[in-house]
Amino acid sequence: MTGRARRSAGWPGLARTGVPALFGGLFLAGWQALVVANDIKPYLLPKPSAIWTQLVDNAEDILATARVTGTNALVGLAVGALLGVLAALVASRFRVVDSLLVPLAAAVNAMPIIALAPIFNTMFSTTSAIPRRLVVSLVVFFPLFVNTLRGLRQVTPIHRELLDSYAAGGWTFARKVRLPGALPFVFTGLRLAASLAVIAAVVAEYFGGLQNGLGTRITSAAANTAYPRAWAYVAASCALGLIFYLVATALERIATPWRTTR
Amino acid sequence: MTPTSRRSWLGQRVAASQEVDSAEIGAAEPAVELVGVEKVFTGDRGRGEVRALVGVDLTIAPGEFVTFIGPSGCGKSTLLRIVADLTEPTAGTVRVNGKTARQARLDQDYGIAFQQAGLMDWRTVARNVELPLELRGWDRHRRRQHARQLLELVGLPDVAESRPAELSGGMQQRVAIARALATGPKLLLMDEPFGALDEMTRERLQAELTRIARESAATVAFVTHSIPEAVYLSDRVVVLSARPGRVSAVVDVELGDRTEDTRQAPEFFATVTEVREALRGRTARAAVPAVEER
Repeated sequence: MTGRARRSAGWPGLARTGVPALFGGLFLAGWQALVVANDIKPYLLPKPSAIWTQLVDNAEDILATARVTGTNALVGLAVGALLGVLAALVASRFRVVDSLLVPLAAAVNAMPIIALAPIFNTMFSTTSAIPRRLVVSLVVFFPLFVNTLRGLRQVTPIHRELLDSYAAGGWTFARKVRLPGALPFVFTGLRLAASLAVIAAVVAEYFGGLQNGLGTRITSAAANTAYPRAWAYVAASCALGLIFYLVATALERIATPWRTTR
Repeated sequence: MTPTSRRSWLGQRVAASQEVDSAEIGAAEPAVELVGVEKVFTGDRGRGEVRALVGVDLTIAPGEFVTFIGPSGCGKSTLLRIVADLTEPTAGTVRVNGKTARQARLDQDYGIAFQQAGLMDWRTVARNVELPLELRGWDRHRRRQHARQLLELVGLPDVAESRPAELSGGMQQRVAIARALATGPKLLLMDEPFGALDEMTRERLQAELTRIARESAATVAFVTHSIPEAVYLSDRVVVLSARPGRVSAVVDVELGDRTEDTRQAPEFFATVTEVREALRGRTARAAVPAVEER
C-alpha cells in the first residue's frame, strides 16, 4: 500500500507521465516540421496542426460518435469477457468440455473475426448495433478464455496439499485457491482485450450498417478526401482505446492489490 | 464432533493451558504408530518401479519431538506424507492419535509445514494464518484475534497486514509455522521447513520451534537432512537408510532444555557424531552392492 503511494509521488511519478508526454510532444513537432519543410500533400500526410483544427471543429460530433462506438465496445467487451471467463471455468472443471472448447476457441481465434461483420450485418439488420457488438464479443472472448484457463490451471502443488490437509472439498478449494489465484490472469486478459474491443468496434463499422460511429466517420471522411478530418477521427479512436486500456489497468490494480506491491 | 465442542476445545488449548493437555495426551495412545509401512512408486505403464520405503516400524509418543534424517531420496518426506495421508502406503498400517491416517486428516488432527512456505499471495499475512480457522467456520473477530496471538508467538507481531511477497524467506516460513499451529493441533508435521533458509535464520527458528513445541506440548515429526538440526531439535533422531528407506538406527538425544549454549555443549557434539556414524554405517554398507552391480 505504502509502496504504491510512494511510487505515484515525486520524480518517479513524473518519469511515468512526463517522459512519455515530452516524447509525444517532440514527435508531433518533428512530424509538423517534416510536413512543412518537404511540402507534403495533405492526402499523403496532413500536418498535426490541421488534424488538431479538425478535432476542435468537429468536437461535438466526435464526442457523439465516440459515445456510440464506446458503447458498442463496452457492451461487446462485457459480454465477450463474461463468456470467456465462464467458458474457462467450465473447461477447467470438466475434462470433456476442455478437450472440446480449447480447439474450438483456437479455431475462432484463427478466424478473421472482423471479416464476419458484413455477414452479421445481413444476419441481423443493418440498422442494428448487434452485429458490431457481436464482433467485439468474439474478438474479446479468446484472450479472456485463454488467460483465465491458464490461471485456473496454475495451482501450486503445495496449496493443493495444504487444502487436502484441511480436508477441504472441491468447492472450498476452488473458492480459496483456484479462483483467487486465477484473478491476476483474468485481469491480464481483460487488459489485452480492452484495447482490442475498441479496435474491433471501430473497424466493424467499416463494413456498412449504421452511420453513427467513429469508424463510419473515418471511412466517409477518407472517401471525401478530407484527410485531416479522417485523421482527427483516428486520433479520437486512439484516445478511446487508451481510455479503455487505462480503466482496465485501474480495475486490475483494485482487484489484485497484491500484485502492485511487487 | 460438533463444531461448537471443537471450538471450545481449541480455544482452551491455544490460550495457555499446556498441563491439561499433556495430561490428556499422556493417558492416550501413541501419537503416531507405523507398522510395516512400505511404499512402492510405480512408473508409467508399470515400468520403473521404485521401492521408496520398506518395513518401517515406529512409534512416536505424545509430546515427543522426532526428526527423520537420511540421504536424499531415502523416502523421509514420503514417510511424513504417509502420516499426513497425503499419499497412501503400499503396505502396512498407520495410526495417528489412535485413528487411521485418513480419519486423522479428516478430523484435521495435525498441522503441516513444507519446505516452501506456500503462503497465498492474494491474502495478507494475517489472513494466511487465519485460513485453517476460516475453513472451520470461526467468526471473523475470533480469527483475527487468534491470528494476532499466533503471529506474536512466532515473533512477527507487526506484519499482520503485509503481503507475503513483502516478507523475507525466514519470515514467510514463520508465518507458515503460525498457520500450521493455528488450530492448536496435537501433532505437527514438518517437511524440511528450514531447508531453504540461511544458517543464522535457521538456528533462530530452530530455537523458536523448540520453545513453541514445549509450550504447546505438541508432538512433532520433523524431516531434515541436517544432522545438527536434527540433534538440536529432537528427543529422538530416526536415521533412515538409502533407498529403499528403512529405519537403520534410532538415536536418543538427551540435552535437556535447549539454550544458546546447547550447540556448544560436548554432549551436543557427541550426539552429532553418533548420528553421523549411524548415517555413515548404513551408507557404507549400501554402497558395496552398488559397486558390484557394475
